[in-house]
Amino acid sequence: MLYVVIIFLFFSILLYFLLGGADFGAGIIELFTSTDNKSRTRRTMYKAIGPIWEANHMWLIIAVVIMFVGFPVIYSDMCTYLHIPLLIMLLGITARGTAFSFRNYDAIKDDKMQDLYNYIFVYSSFITPLFLGIVAGSVISRQIDPGAIDYLSTYIFSWLNWFSVMVGFFTVALCGFLAAIYLIGEAKEQFDVKRFTKKAVIMNAVAVGFGGLVFIAAEHENVHLAHWIFGNPVSLIAVIAASLSLVLLWYLLSKGNTKVIRILAAFQVTMILVSVSYRHFPNIIMVKGGHNLSLLKDHAPMATINDLGWGLLLGSLLILPALGYLFYSFQTKQSRAN
Amino acid sequence: MNDFIAARSQMALSLGFHIIYSCIGMVMPVFMAISNYKYIKTKDPLYKHITQAWSKGVAIFFATGAVSGTMLSFELGLLWPKFMEHAGPIFGMPFSLEGVAFFIEAIALGFFLYGWDKFNKWFHWFTGIVVGVSGVVSGILVVSANSWMNSPAGFDYVNGQYTNIDPIKAMFNAAWFSEALHMTIAAFAATGFAVAGIHALMIFRKKNVTFHTKSFKIAIAFGAVAAILQPLSGDLSAKGAAQRQPAKLAAMEAHFHTEPYSKLLIGGIPDTVNKKVNYGIELPGLLSFLVHDDFKTPVNGLDKIPQKDQPNVPVTHYAFQLMVAIGMFLLAIGLLYFFALWKKREWLNKSWFLKLFIAATPLGFIAVEAGWTVTEVGRQPWIIQGVMRTSEAVTPMPGIHYSFYLFTLIYFTLSLAVVFLLSRQIKMVPELYDHN
Repeated sequence: MLYVVIIFLFFSILLYFLLGGADFGAGIIELFTSTDNKSRTRRTMYKAIGPIWEANHMWLIIAVVIMFVGFPVIYSDMCTYLHIPLLIMLLGITARGTAFSFRNYDAIKDDKMQDLYNYIFVYSSFITPLFLGIVAGSVISRQIDPGAIDYLSTYIFSWLNWFSVMVGFFTVALCGFLAAIYLIGEAKEQFDVKRFTKKAVIMNAVAVGFGGLVFIAAEHENVHLAHWIFGNPVSLIAVIAASLSLVLLWYLLSKGNTKVIRILAAFQVTMILVSVSYRHFPNIIMVKGGHNLSLLKDHAPMATINDLGWGLLLGSLLILPALGYLFYSFQTKQSRAN
Repeated sequence: MNDFIAARSQMALSLGFHIIYSCIGMVMPVFMAISNYKYIKTKDPLYKHITQAWSKGVAIFFATGAVSGTMLSFELGLLWPKFMEHAGPIFGMPFSLEGVAFFIEAIALGFFLYGWDKFNKWFHWFTGIVVGVSGVVSGILVVSANSWMNSPAGFDYVNGQYTNIDPIKAMFNAAWFSEALHMTIAAFAATGFAVAGIHALMIFRKKNVTFHTKSFKIAIAFGAVAAILQPLSGDLSAKGAAQRQPAKLAAMEAHFHTEPYSKLLIGGIPDTVNKKVNYGIELPGLLSFLVHDDFKTPVNGLDKIPQKDQPNVPVTHYAFQLMVAIGMFLLAIGLLYFFALWKKREWLNKSWFLKLFIAATPLGFIAVEAGWTVTEVGRQPWIIQGVMRTSEAVTPMPGIHYSFYLFTLIYFTLSLAVVFLLSRQIKMVPELYDHN
């Protein structure tokens, strides 16, 4: 049952990265859209994510709940040493979620308030995945130091280091890329398809750039990233698969395919996550001095894990069909409307 | 402000903010489902417009409630890591089920808000029902987690170790039913009166009277019935507190001395130094009667509880008095409404009558906040009653007061924004929903 819980944890994090990430990315794309086209982007985006965005963010809740019920020590350590980036991420989630609904549900749409909502929405769409990435980078960076005695090294340098920050920017670029690919399929006019394709190219290039910087920063901070990724066959295959799928994605896109490329983009992100986490699984937090926290060791008592596993299994029987139908029906209704 | 007080204040603020949104998120979908049902049955477009107007409100409240809930699920760890480390595996079951219920609520809300005229009308109606039901279930589950803190169960605590963990037993602890019942009824009463009050104000101002009268009727029916039922569930809660948390009950009643014919106290200013109450009305024997069903058996007072295990008496007492006073007022005007409906229909549009309900708009929520103050402050100094002190659970990170100031600013801004948005929704009713 422990493995069931771990699989649920992995998938909720993955799905949050993919769905929530594309969602954040939509805001990032809007941020980097010229003023003339902003309202076009906004319209496409509202149609695309309006009905599903709340559900996309539920994956974070599921992941957090699994963490604090199933892996309380890990959760409590993360919350202590990464208090500040988590806090900023939360503020971003709050600002973004409320700004998005407020701009849609404000009964009066033609005044300065819309500008304010947009402003908050786009900047929080940028900041939230940045800090999400920083948190993700920090847990494997070995910079968390339970032995530290001063405030800075306990609560600041645990996350404010080159590696974590570069992972943060890499995450932002990936989110933008996912969103651009997603929006290509939602766009109705050729003009928009071209615009989003261009955005996808830029985001792709930026992601590759930051990906490189992540490796450099990793060397600088003594994180054995290259060894994790290239040092074992599974990770290596995952990286190769990710790169090949990228080539295939651009080929298909040039042929005018807009749906398969979504799967390929999602596949790519999945492979990146697999290749990074495979080598140090089951360790999830790498701590300075070597006492790592492991999913297989630092979990709740088995009675809890069993109940949690059953809860998740039964819950997913309810959630997955409903969620599938939600995605399906708004997709088909959308295309029927075209 | 020291870090411990800052952490408690931040938690209180976050919960106090979230609770309003979750109550509305639980109850409004039920109102929507009723008016949507009436629309499908009567074909009167006014009911469709009421449903749509309400659903805009729900979307605003749901989004705000969802983000403040996400915030809370992290704040549990950010502020109380030691508590979560030990309590997470024990009382986490209702949270994981709540995650499921909340997820379903979000999916159903997506269908409901964006699915007008796109689906079979009964399917669309059904998704509205699912929003309501999963909202209420989420609420019950979260309250059941809280009730575990008041009445810990499902584990053995031996030499500082938590063993023999049984999450299901923890979930169905002794207090869960009375607390969940009390909170659910409170949510219906508070939301019912708040919604009714806003519509009463519009009727009073003679704006879109038919639209607002129909809306008022749906909301007040729930609010009034809930207010009438609430004292019964309150009695159940108080009896439970007497049994499991005598310190809390004693603080609620500012009951300093254990003696036969224990007095029920109405009002009064507790003097904790001299252990007496000034200016209160005391009803001898009534507290004994409420707790033990006879007038003589003494109710344990604060003298039975070591000083270091006592909650803040004045805060708990005032909050309790405020909650009960509001509860009684809402009960009275709830009865008055049904009386008017039965015998004096002409009252329903009288300005004195409407003014009563306008005045009641915020009261239910003030009572909800007061009730939570009773249950949370009344449990102190414990975070897990009798097992872990709140001060042992707090994060070691210094500087929490900055985070508290930040949260205060954010919640204040968000509250303003929501009020602003709602007032704009109401202002647009004539244009969007009711042209007559």
